[in-house]
Amino acid sequence: MISRRDLLKVAGAAAAGAATAGAERAALPAGAAPAAHPESLHEQSSPRRPLEALTADEADLLTAIVARLIPSDPSGPGAVEAGAVTYIDRSLAGPLSSSREAYRRGLAALERYATLSRGQPFRELSPTDQDSLLIDVETGGATASGAGFDGSSAAFFAMLKAHTWQGTFGDPYYGGNQGFVGWAMLGYPGVRTAVTPDDQRLGARPVPLRRSAYDTDLFNKA
Amino acid sequence: MAQTLKGADVVIIGLGAAGGIACLPLAEAGLEVVGLEAGTWLTRRDFAPDEIRNNVRDWPQAVQKANHEVPTHRANASAPTTRAASHPMMNGVGGTTLHYWAQSWRLNPWDFKVVSETTRRYGRARIPAESTVEDWPFGYEELEPYYDKVEWETGVSGKAGNLKGELDLRGNVFEGPRQREYPMPPLRGTGFTDLMAAAARGLGWRPFPGPAQINSRTFQDRSPCMYHGYCNRGGCHVDAKNGTNVTTIPRAQKTGRFRVVTRAHVTTIDVDARGRVSGVRYVTDGQEFVQPARVVLLGAYVYENVRLLLLSKSKAFPDGLSNNHGQVGRHYLSHATGASVTALFPFDLNTWYGLPAQGVAVDDWADDNFDHAGLDFIGGGNLWIYSDRRPIQAANMNTFGRAPGWGAQWKAFIRQSADRANTAYLQKTTLPYEANYLDLDPEVRDPLGFPVLRITADYRDNERRIAAFIQDKMEAWYRAAGAIDIVRGPLGTMGPNTHAYGGTRMGDNPETNVVDRWGFSHEVPNLGILGGSVMGTSGAHNPTLTLQALAWRTADHLVRSWKSIAE
Ligand SMILES: Cc1cc2nc3c(=O)[nH]c(=O)nc-3n(C[C@H](O)[C@H](O)[C@H](O)COP(=O)(O)OP(=O)(O)OC[C@H]3O[C@@H](n4cnc5c(N)ncnc54)[C@H](O)[C@@H]3O)c2cc1C
Repeated sequence: MISRRDLLKVAGAAAAGAATAGAERAALPAGAAPAAHPESLHEQSSPRRPLEALTADEADLLTAIVARLIPSDPSGPGAVEAGAVTYIDRSLAGPLSSSREAYRRGLAALERYATLSRGQPFRELSPTDQDSLLIDVETGGATASGAGFDGSSAAFFAMLKAHTWQGTFGDPYYGGNQGFVGWAMLGYPGVRTAVTPDDQRLGARPVPLRRSAYDTDLFNKA
Repeated sequence: MAQTLKGADVVIIGLGAAGGIACLPLAEAGLEVVGLEAGTWLTRRDFAPDEIRNNVRDWPQAVQKANHEVPTHRANASAPTTRAASHPMMNGVGGTTLHYWAQSWRLNPWDFKVVSETTRRYGRARIPAESTVEDWPFGYEELEPYYDKVEWETGVSGKAGNLKGELDLRGNVFEGPRQREYPMPPLRGTGFTDLMAAAARGLGWRPFPGPAQINSRTFQDRSPCMYHGYCNRGGCHVDAKNGTNVTTIPRAQKTGRFRVVTRAHVTTIDVDARGRVSGVRYVTDGQEFVQPARVVLLGAYVYENVRLLLLSKSKAFPDGLSNNHGQVGRHYLSHATGASVTALFPFDLNTWYGLPAQGVAVDDWADDNFDHAGLDFIGGGNLWIYSDRRPIQAANMNTFGRAPGWGAQWKAFIRQSADRANTAYLQKTTLPYEANYLDLDPEVRDPLGFPVLRITADYRDNERRIAAFIQDKMEAWYRAAGAIDIVRGPLGTMGPNTHAYGGTRMGDNPETNVVDRWGFSHEVPNLGILGGSVMGTSGAHNPTLTLQALAWRTADHLVRSWKSIAE
């Protein structure tokens, strides 16, 4: 497992990266779609720590997908910066290993579906086309395409979305929510072991605490 | 080869909410008691505020038994059978009291007398024809001393609303009379629950803080609640949740007469030539043990209680233990807790912290607290508003049709609204019906090779009508507090439930009930049954305090009647 120091390093890097990205994008007109060039995505996710379950191609595709699910935009970083892919990769090597095969088949099917339906690999599509393709997958519309989804494409999407949310909003201990970007997005004031009556008033804004449950030595590690 | 152990006076199967209570009065009375528990001890160090581990991954830190034997479900005998992936009951010393919400309710006096009170007030025809509901063999007054005992021995926080007939608006004026106050004042309110309480009073309703088996101040040398927000399917990191693991079980151990055996997975209850229980068989790491006992108390939660009886076949009981009247598995019901109501507010609610037992209740529409003369159902629902929100859960909130489920628009929505929604917990009267029952699944087996349980059950008109009625009330309450949008959830199916009842119902008539008024089998005198499986009605409130009061009463009866039961 990753050491605490590694985690801080990664978190620091992600936060710094997010700040730069944010500054750059602040120049975009409001509501403009964020840049999703394959190059820039590649830059954000590298240097990547060694993958534990996914192949590099799968991780790249997954990165492009989660970038659309919770995009980075002028309001702040998204699932890529949170490390949702790292979370999924690590989980697939451990507690979610029974889903490894579903990812292999699902990602391959999604990529085939991109070529079949839009004439290009997913990562080369425009953000709008990527979104419209993902809607096909989400609604089950991609199921009967011959792309090879196991059962309904909607089931694959639901799994991927659930894991992306876990990797964006869960405890950073599991590799996601790096730099606490997920908790900041929600306005979650963080893990506390004691909460005062004042903290629970309407209108109260408890100072955000940014730490993992396992940063204290109170608990056995998961 | 099974290894036969030294005999005990009493063996308790399962040390959860119910079994974890019964051990104390027995050991204190001088009996030698062995508790066989499938799970292990878990401590505060296992109770990290970690949503992934506790809520998403369903407690990998605990023994996985409930998750490996999830009952199958079908709505009726010709409907397709489905099976859920997991079931959140806990396997550990303390059972589900380790991570439950700890709302600690007494039933309403009406719940004990549904048949006679409905008949008296509205006429017999108002009881649905297919329902097999009976009055309990005793009334609320009989259980009151045991409610009191459990509240004071484990520690419950709350405010009395009916002190020996004296009503107090700050508590629940609809409750049955209680002999004294709660041992601790209620958990504190929050800005949001105070707002909701005021809105309810504005509607002319009588809101009150709900009772919780959680310390509102230091109690029995344990810490008060820290309100940190990870109590919902989380254990308590300061032992302020008064599960049997930190209350009655350790105290029973201190007598020196209660032995806890962990990782003991009971597979069968044995009977002798006379048809009396002689002991139980259990497996630990593939090794089988026989634990002889003069009396066996079964407290493994509703589904496992029924399954163990059905699996324990013998010459004397060819259809399963205590099942010669064919009543094991009958009169099954599970609490209707679906038909949710979720509200969106135009301001932040600040419900990131707190716990599901920190809230405000309304009982004006529960049980028979209101006139049903012009209505087409009996019973009602408890409305419960509480402070509880974790980040992954928040990010999965309903978007009220205002945004899609992902993408830039979703992100804008969640940034604004993550702390603006609230979902009420609505528990509603559910009746037993002839066609709702439990038996063994003909196909699906657990990892040891035993059939899992099969639930055949569906809600009927009475439940559906209550659901619609209660959703209307809840919507009115939210709107009165300023909600700008409401979504309603479906009532859902009757698949495996954390509030299950019946299957070994309690009653005087052995033709329709498995256990007598004391909780002992009509057919097997030295077999007692603990838990919701003995309850014949659900009421509109969580079951645990009631099944704990019943467990204490059953143990008391055993002590008083030791000679006639054990010999
Ligand atoms: C998330 C959640 C929240 C809840 N909140 C509330 C609430 O707020 N208020 C309320 O009143 N109720 C609540 N409940 C319901 C409550 O947990 C149950 O009513 C109560 O725990 C039932 O008590 P029991 O003793 O029958 O079962 P349990 O408490 O589940 O105990 C059964 C024990 O038996 C053991 N066992 C099972 N099979 C075997 C076997 N074959 N051999 C040996 N041991 C075995 C189990 O490991 C377990 O420890 C909640 C439940 C859940 C899951």
